[in-house]
Parts: sequence; structure tokens; C-alpha cells
Amino acid sequence: MDTVLQQVINGLSLGAIYALIALGYTMVYGVLRLINFAHGDVYMLGAFAGYFLATALDLDRHPSVLGTIVVTMGAMAVCAGVGIVIERFAYRPVRHHSRLASLITAIGVSLLLEYGGQVVFGASPRFFPQMIRSETYTIAGAQVTNQSLLVIAVAVVVMFGLEFVVHRTRIGKAMRATSYNLNVAKLMGINTDRVIAFTFALGSALAAVGGVMVALAIPRIDPLMGLMTGLKAFVAAVLGGIGNIPGAMIGGMLIGLMETGISATAYSTYRDAVAFAVLIVILLVRPSGILGTPVTEKV
Amino acid sequence: MLKNAARGRAGLLAMALFVAIAACERKSDGGGRSTGDIVVGLYASLTGDGASFGQSSREGAELAAAEINAAGGLLGGRRITLLVEDDQSKPEEASSAVTKLVTQDLAAAIIGEVASRRTLAAAPVAQRYQVPLITPASTNERVTAVGDYIFRVCFIDPFQGEVLAKFAFNDLKARKVAVLKDIQQDYSVGLADSIVKQFTALGGTVTEPVSYSSGDADFRAVLTKIRAERPDAVFATGYYSEAAIIVRQARELGMTMPILGGDGWVGDPLKNGREALKNTYISNHYSGDNPDPIVQNFVKAYREKFGREPDSIAALAYDAVKVLADAIGRAKTTDGKALRDALAATDVAGVTGHLKMNARRDVDKPAVIQEVTYVNGDVKFVYKTTISPS
Repeated sequence: MDTVLQQVINGLSLGAIYALIALGYTMVYGVLRLINFAHGDVYMLGAFAGYFLATALDLDRHPSVLGTIVVTMGAMAVCAGVGIVIERFAYRPVRHHSRLASLITAIGVSLLLEYGGQVVFGASPRFFPQMIRSETYTIAGAQVTNQSLLVIAVAVVVMFGLEFVVHRTRIGKAMRATSYNLNVAKLMGINTDRVIAFTFALGSALAAVGGVMVALAIPRIDPLMGLMTGLKAFVAAVLGGIGNIPGAMIGGMLIGLMETGISATAYSTYRDAVAFAVLIVILLVRPSGILGTPVTEKV
Repeated sequence: MLKNAARGRAGLLAMALFVAIAACERKSDGGGRSTGDIVVGLYASLTGDGASFGQSSREGAELAAAEINAAGGLLGGRRITLLVEDDQSKPEEASSAVTKLVTQDLAAAIIGEVASRRTLAAAPVAQRYQVPLITPASTNERVTAVGDYIFRVCFIDPFQGEVLAKFAFNDLKARKVAVLKDIQQDYSVGLADSIVKQFTALGGTVTEPVSYSSGDADFRAVLTKIRAERPDAVFATGYYSEAAIIVRQARELGMTMPILGGDGWVGDPLKNGREALKNTYISNHYSGDNPDPIVQNFVKAYREKFGREPDSIAALAYDAVKVLADAIGRAKTTDGKALRDALAATDVAGVTGHLKMNARRDVDKPAVIQEVTYVNGDVKFVYKTTISPS
């Protein structure tokens, strides 16, 4: 029994990682109808930014909560900047071309970040400094670390924060208007370029939070870490209903639980395949995802 | 149909021509090669998952080459030039690195790789061009079966598995063990299979094997599965990067039993396992605290040259180059075929034990068991016992 509970906890802490990244995917899609395949790689950049900041602050030897917050903020700032640059120079020039053009551009940016990252950071994996002293708690026979709890908590906070920004603020209203109809929004006096840049900055900052939080719980980082995690977060976003914020959260958690469930059987090496099988099934059965509402394509 | 067949034949012809040209190229320089420096190619994982191995093997080989050159070189004053290629820890890069070393740099012999998977990928190239290849530390049984130009200076996994199984059964008194293997690595799979076989033969039980893939970072699900079986010890047969995380996550899950690994654990990143490394053991090729003068001289020279303690990979690479130099001296030529025959007759004392090739071009050597400890931010391997092949 404690094994089942333990696996549920393992699944949730893995799922929180996917959820954090899926939130960024889903928001950018919600506003721009653009699948930003480079999102997973911005997450990798966030982890590396956090790594260099934490090393500079020598947090490995002097773990502190304040230091962790500083590192997270720094990584967010770096990635927000990167997000704005990517949007300005890669996506904006092709915004009025076909949907396919921006999709291919996104894949190009993704590859650029992955292999550029190998050049700049080296291909060797690095180990993230331990910014917070690791503690293990026992709940009904199951073990959970404070870092995993933190990842889950941050994912939930980010989800509510994002819901708030999108539905309760002026910029959120502008985002929704841009998402509804870019040209009409522009006619109504909304500076859509700024709204889109903000969306990218926010999405990338979220990816940075994900990068730092994940590196805290699972300390190994390398330039290709965003590839598989990014794809699975994408599956999570589609599963939950792409464009839907609580959907991304649910999708991430489900993927995490599913993967853990598979790992717990004799078929542990099929783990990655299952996530993509889920993607295929959901696209066949319910393309709009769990929480998504079916939309008719604009002509 | 006819057109296709013709095209196929043209393609074959072109390929044959290409191979012929490549072969000529290799031969045409033969005259020059008998007088200048002796080129020895080293291919290693200087970046990527196996970077710690690559670094150590390069340093060990460099030290040996420097010592040989300082002592007057080989074959009447010819120096050894060590050319190093990085394979980024990827098997496909390994085979192209060796192709380059053999066809372009005209290496007389190849040293490398450490990881069995990458040696298995590159060894057929060396075999095809009849250039001897000596792997310092690839322990998978199949490596030297690739061909008669492939040698190794380390023990093989069936023996390593036996050593680990015996140690767990006799010294740790384990009766039920779990085995966790890296499905992508020939080394890990081979070692795991051998442990299962040997431990069962001793009368112990092994739980259903669980696996992961190189590069994974979250092992909590598979570890929880193992925990539910309540084994007395766990074998993690993969490499150091994953091992560091596996021990940490196992301890976080409250698993306090001994965790054992093979020589694949030897690498700088293992230190990220931190305090979780307490109560872990590995089998290894050599122990730096062995009082034998040949070992102590090597440790001293290495420390002076590189400013750190040599690990077993460095020691093996050092031995590989020394074995090669010894063979070149006896063959009195760098010709591939003569060199192969000289290598097969190797019988020298090395840092990692006495090196004598058996009929399978493997070395029958004892293994040591070391306890892994974490002291002041660094990993220490403490000698426990030596186990000889039966």
C-alpha cells in the first residue's frame, strides 16, 4: 500500500515538472495559436542561468532560501529577455505567413538553442548546486523531499497566478483580445506587438522557474535536457486542452502519473513511448483535450 | 528495372573505387611512416555523458607517452605522437573518429574507448583496416570478439559480475538482491546479466530486473518498485552520472541497504551522490593505495603532471600505452600484422596488475572491491579486498 502511495507521490512530483513547462506552452498557444517548440529549450536556458547564478553565489556550500529566490528571479529575467529576442527576431518576421512557417521557425530556434547550448555550455552534464538543504518527510510510509513539495507548490501557485493575470488584469484582457482577433484588437488601439512580446516574456520566465525548480529536485542538467521534457510538456498541454491553463496543470500531472505507473511495471523502458501514444490517442479521440472546448477553424 | 540495376552496379563500382583509393592512400605513405614519429590515435569521450572517462584516459595515455619519449622513444629514437579525437560520448562519433585516425592520420595503433558501447561501434573499423586497437577499460565480453586486432588490458564483465556477486553474498551476507541496469549500455546490460547468473548460482535470489536509459534523471519510480521487494542489497550497473542520482534518490526514499556498482562508477561526477554514497561498494581494476612500487611511482608521476589523484581509468589507459610500446619494441616495426602478433604475446607488469593476453586477447586479472565514501566534498575509494579469477 505504501508503495502505491509512494508511486503516486513520485508521479505528482514528476507531473508538476511537466505542468510547469506545459503552462508556458499553453499560454503562448492561447494567445498566438503558435506552438513554441523552443519552449523546452528556454527551460534548459533557465536551468543553466540558475546554475551559473547559484555557483556565483556559492549556494552549494551556503544553502539559503533567500539565495534560491534571487537565483530564480535572475533566471526569470534572463529567460524573459531571451523570450523577447526570440519573438522579435524569429517569430515576428513570419507572423503573417502561414501557420506552418512559424512552426518550422520554432523547430529551428529549438535546434539552435540545443546545439548552440552544447557549444557554449559543453555537452557534459552538470550537477546543480544544492540551494536548499534536502529534507525527507515520511507521510503514511511514503517518502517525499522538501524539494519535490516545493516544485508541486510552485506549479500550483504559477497556475493560479497565470489565471489571475489572464482573466483579471488589463494586460490579460489585451492578451485575450489579441488571441480572439489580432487585427481587430489592433484597430481597437491595442499595441499587439507589445502584448505578444509580453506574452513571450511571461512564458519564458515561467520556463525559467520550471528550469530552476526541476534542477533543484533532479540536479542533473545538460543542453539537451529540454528536448524530451519539452515534448512531454507539449503532450501534457494537448492532453489538458491546449490553450487552457488549468488543463495544462491536469495534463502535466496525468502524464507524470502515467509515466511513473509505466516505470513501476516491467515495461519501464517503454515510458517515453507511452507519452506519445497518449498524444496520438487524444488527437484521435478528443483533439480539444480534457478541458478544451471544440473550436471551429476560422476561415 | 534495368535502369535501377545498372544504377546499383554503378554505385557499387563507385564504392569499390572509393575503398580502393582509401586503401591506396593508407599504403602510399608507408615509406614515410617507418622513419618519423609513431602516431598513436586515442579516441575518447572528452565531452558528453562520459567526459570524466575521456579526460582520465587521455591523461593516463599522455603520461605514458611522455615517459616513453623521455626515455628515448621507440625503434631507435622515434617518438610517440598521441593524436586525440573526441567522440562526444556517442557511438556513431566513435566510429568516425577511428576512421579518421586510421585513414587520415595513419595511426599505427588505436587506444580507446572506455565505454563498451563505443568500443563496439568503433572496433570493426580498426579490424577492417588491420590496425591494432587496445581498449583500456571496455569490460563487455563481446568487445574482443569483434576481431583479432582488438585487445584489452582489463578484466571482463563475467568476472566482474562474479566478484560483485561473491562480495555481496559472502561479505555483505545479502540473500535477496535487486538489479538496476541501463538498457542503452552494453556494459551495463552485460554486467547485470552476469551478476544475476552468478548470484543465483551462489544460492541467492534476484528480484525482477528493472531498467532505465542513459540520461534519465528521475529514478524514483523504479527505485520504489525495488523498495517494495525489500532486497538486502541493490546493484546499479550503469555509469557514474546516473549512479550519483540513483544513490541519492534511493536514500531519499528511505532505502538504506548497500548499493553496489561496477567500475563504471569511477568518475568525477559520482561525487554528486554526496552523503548518499555511504554504504556503497564497487569492483575496480586497481587501488591507488596499493603499496607496490610500480603503482606508487605511477601515482606520484600522475599527481605531479596533472595535480590530482589518478583513477582506475587513467591507470588502465597508461597501461594500454605501455603495452603498445612494449609490443612495438618487440615487433621492431609498426606494421599492423606484426604489431598484432607482438600484442598477442604481451607479458608485462603493469600498474593495474600483471598483463598477459589470453587466447581471447583479454587479460586475466584480479579485481579489487572498494568502499565508496564521501569526505569533504570528494569521493574516496577505500580498498576492501582483492578477488582473483578462479
